[in-house]
Formats: sequence, C-alpha cells, structure tokens
Amino acid sequence: MTSSPKSRKGLLSSLTMAVCLLLWEWLPRAGWVDPFFTSSPSRIVHAAAWLFARGLWQDIAVSLNEFGLGMLLAIVLGVLAGVLLGWYRTLDAMFEPFVTMFNAMPRVALLPLIIMWLGIGIASKIAAVFLGAFFPIAITVMAGVRTVDPDLLRCARSFCATDWQVFRTLVLPTCVPYLFAGMHLAVGRALVGVVIGEMLASQAGVGHMINQASTTFQTDKVFVGVILLTGFGCILTAALKQVGKGFETWRPQK
Amino acid sequence: MIDIEVRSLSVGYDQRRTGERISAIEDLSFSVRAGKFVCIVGTSGCGKTTLLNVVAGLQPPASGQVLLGGVPVAGPGRERAMVFQTAALLPWRNVLRNVTYGLELQGCAAREARRAAGEMIALVGLAGFEDSCPHELSGGMRQRVNLARALVTRPDLLLMDEPFGSLDAQMREVMQSEIERIWRQTGQTSLFVTHAIDEAVFLADEVIVMTSRPGRVKAVVPVDLPRPRPHSLKKSAAFHAVEDELRDLIQAESDPLPSRLSRMAAV
Repeated sequence: MTSSPKSRKGLLSSLTMAVCLLLWEWLPRAGWVDPFFTSSPSRIVHAAAWLFARGLWQDIAVSLNEFGLGMLLAIVLGVLAGVLLGWYRTLDAMFEPFVTMFNAMPRVALLPLIIMWLGIGIASKIAAVFLGAFFPIAITVMAGVRTVDPDLLRCARSFCATDWQVFRTLVLPTCVPYLFAGMHLAVGRALVGVVIGEMLASQAGVGHMINQASTTFQTDKVFVGVILLTGFGCILTAALKQVGKGFETWRPQK
Repeated sequence: MIDIEVRSLSVGYDQRRTGERISAIEDLSFSVRAGKFVCIVGTSGCGKTTLLNVVAGLQPPASGQVLLGGVPVAGPGRERAMVFQTAALLPWRNVLRNVTYGLELQGCAAREARRAAGEMIALVGLAGFEDSCPHELSGGMRQRVNLARALVTRPDLLLMDEPFGSLDAQMREVMQSEIERIWRQTGQTSLFVTHAIDEAVFLADEVIVMTSRPGRVKAVVPVDLPRPRPHSLKKSAAFHAVEDELRDLIQAESDPLPSRLSRMAAV
C-alpha cells in the first residue's frame, strides 16, 4: 500500500461507518431487534421520500428561517457585546455576573417563559436560537479582545491612532479566530434552541415534525428529522472551518 | 528638525502587587539640539524606556515637562515616530502594509502612502520583500520594517528603544551602519536608547549616561568622531577613549557582582 496517512484515515473511518449502517439494516431484518423502535436505513430513506413528497420542504424552510435570523442576531449582538465587555473594564465589572449566570444556566429552562411572552410563532424560536448562540460568541470575542498585543497598541497610539482606528486595525483582526471558534460552538447550541422551541410549541418546522412523529410512534420519521439536523450542523461547521481558514493564510505553516 | 528640552522630569508607577509607589525617574533634566543624534545609556531598570515613552507622549509624567521645539508634550504627535524594542509588526499584514500602517493612521492617502512606503522599503534594504509576511522574515529584517514604518512618516524626532537588542552581533553591526547612513540622509533629531556602550559611541553625537533607579542624568559625554563612521573606527584609540570613559561612569552605577556575592554569603 502506498496511500498517504490522510487517505488511510479516510478509508478507515468510512469503513467503520459502512459496517455500522449494514448492522443497523441487517439486525432488524434478521429479527434480532424490533424495527418499530430502531428503524433501519432503508425504512428511513422510504420515510424521507414520503415526507419530502408531502411538504417537508416547508418545515425545513421554517426551521432554517428561525435558525438564520436568530444566528444573525446573535453574531451581530455577540460581537458588539464581546468587544464592549472585553475593552471597557467598567462595563465588564457591571455585567460580568449576568454573563456568568446566563452562561451557566440551562437556557432551555427559559423557553416556557419565552413562549408565554412571544407566542408560538417565529419570534419565540428566534429568541431560543439567539439565547443558545449569543453567549458562546460574546464570551469568545471578549477573550479575543483581551489578547490584543500591548506592543501593537503602543505602536498604534504612538502614531496618534483614534479608538476607531485601533478597533478596526488591531482589535477586529485579533478577534477573527476567536469569533470563528465562538460561532463553531454556537451552531450546536442554536440548533438545540430551534428543536426544543419547536417541540414545545409551534405549528411547523423540523422539530415540530419530529415531535408529531414521535407522539404517534413513527420512528422512521423521527430519524429523518434527526438526520436532517445532524447533517445541517455538520455541513455548517465544516463551512465555517473553511471560511475561517481563509482568514488565517498569514499564519506560519506548522 | 526639532529640539528637545526635558525639565526636572519625574515619573513613577504603582507596583501592582504591593501598591507601593516606585519612582522610575526623578528630577531629570537635559536638552538636545535640533538634528543631533543622542544616545541614552544606563544600567537596566534605570528608566531609559520610561523616558522615551514620556517623550513619545505615551506616558504622562508625575511632574516636570518635556518641551519639543518649545511646546510641551501632551500626547503622541505626528512630528514624532517611535521604533520599538520588539518589532511590533501586525502579523496579518505584509511588509508593505506594515510600513504604510503609521501613514494610514495619520490619514495619508492610500496611493501616496504606498509610494512613500515603497521608497522607504528600498532605503532600508528590503526591496523585493514587499509581499512577505512578518513570520517569513528574520529578526534583522523585521527591525528594518519597524524602522521603515517610523521613518516613512518623516518625523522631526525619531525615538528608538533598543531597536537592535534582540539581534545577533553581526546583524547588530550591519544595522548600526544602516542607521548611521540613513540618519546622515534624513537628518532628524534622534533619541536612541541602548545598553551597548560601543553602539552608543558608534552612533551618537552625544551620550547621556543615566544613574541607576531613580534615573537622573549622571553625565553627558560628547562624541567628537568624524562621520561617516566605518566599523573600523571601533578599533581606533579615540573610540576606545570615549568607550572607556562611559564604561567607568556606568560601572560606578551598577551593583558590582563581588559585593552582591559577599552579601549573599553573609546571609
């Protein structure tokens, strides 16, 4: 074998994946487990085809919309809050307990309240996504702002830089890798927000579909929803990683 | 061109751990005539860098003042530029965009900044490296970028804080010659902090020797050596005479090792 270590790794991981899928398909067929509970890849494909033919797209569109708007809001306000709290010691002292408290609290516990306040429409889901995604972004950006090189700050000041110039030329570039790390964490939390929000109270969305299917014991459909969400999370994380790399070309190669 | 007058300057800082007030510089006075190259030497911790920071307007004095061309320093200014001890380059910017950084902050038009930076990069001997990133450069090359970034703003006063401290001996000598050559071309008033005595004698018109902490002026030693100064000058008797004089002045300030050892033995 003359394959590189990287392709060897790829081969091994796809092999394990294939074996697991085959087992999942074969065990119910051989009668070892009950497909009513475990479903199987072929049943899931059937269920997916059935669902897509009957308007699953609309559920996906609703969930994507909620996710996108909530995430956008979290990025904009998360960066803003991170920069302000990272830069101004006074603001940090004022709001530090809130950040710690909200970050430590299981925020899904707030969802019933949010649904009471904002209703069962899109607003409560956006809030759920926002609550999940805001803190990882704000906290990582805050940490990023504090790592700005003091020598570079001194240099900028010696050339009479204004606060805005310092922000644009030093703080922002320093924060970029932190922002991407924060968004990476935020994607998973935001998806939790969408799904739980939709499960608790909604009229559409992938989470709603999963909830409907599970209360009527349609395991295959539940799996379709779970796989959709997992795939979406994986693709988005990989895309973020790729875009993040584009900002890092100046770093020395390891 | 601009002259410097430092009038009974005192600078202190609070020690973070104990909250004690430490006096870094006390009642320091000296003046520098316009267009002169002046080196500041002294034992480490005597407040050389602090002094430079105050002249740069990056740190306020506790009392006294610094006058530049008769005007008191109240903050950083465009007529000054600083060359830092660490190269302090923006790692995500290439050489050209690092050299234009100071101009950019001062509001210079992008096209004009690029043109001036290109010329300055050639002057410091980095032509062809405009697109390189800082991590691809050697220590000496990074310090040249650091120097070019300061020079390109055409300051009347150039402040240099041990710019060659982290370079090896050969690179140090090369950079000393470069600085001397460039200064003869540009002619701005220059304040150069170093702890290397031979470096001070090689570069300066005048060397200011500071006392150990709190820093005051111990002596001002003129260096009447002809320019341009080749490195062979370092072997001449005249050079050694100034070097020896400075060494004696500084050694009288530093805590000699034998006495420190005997104190340790006593404990």
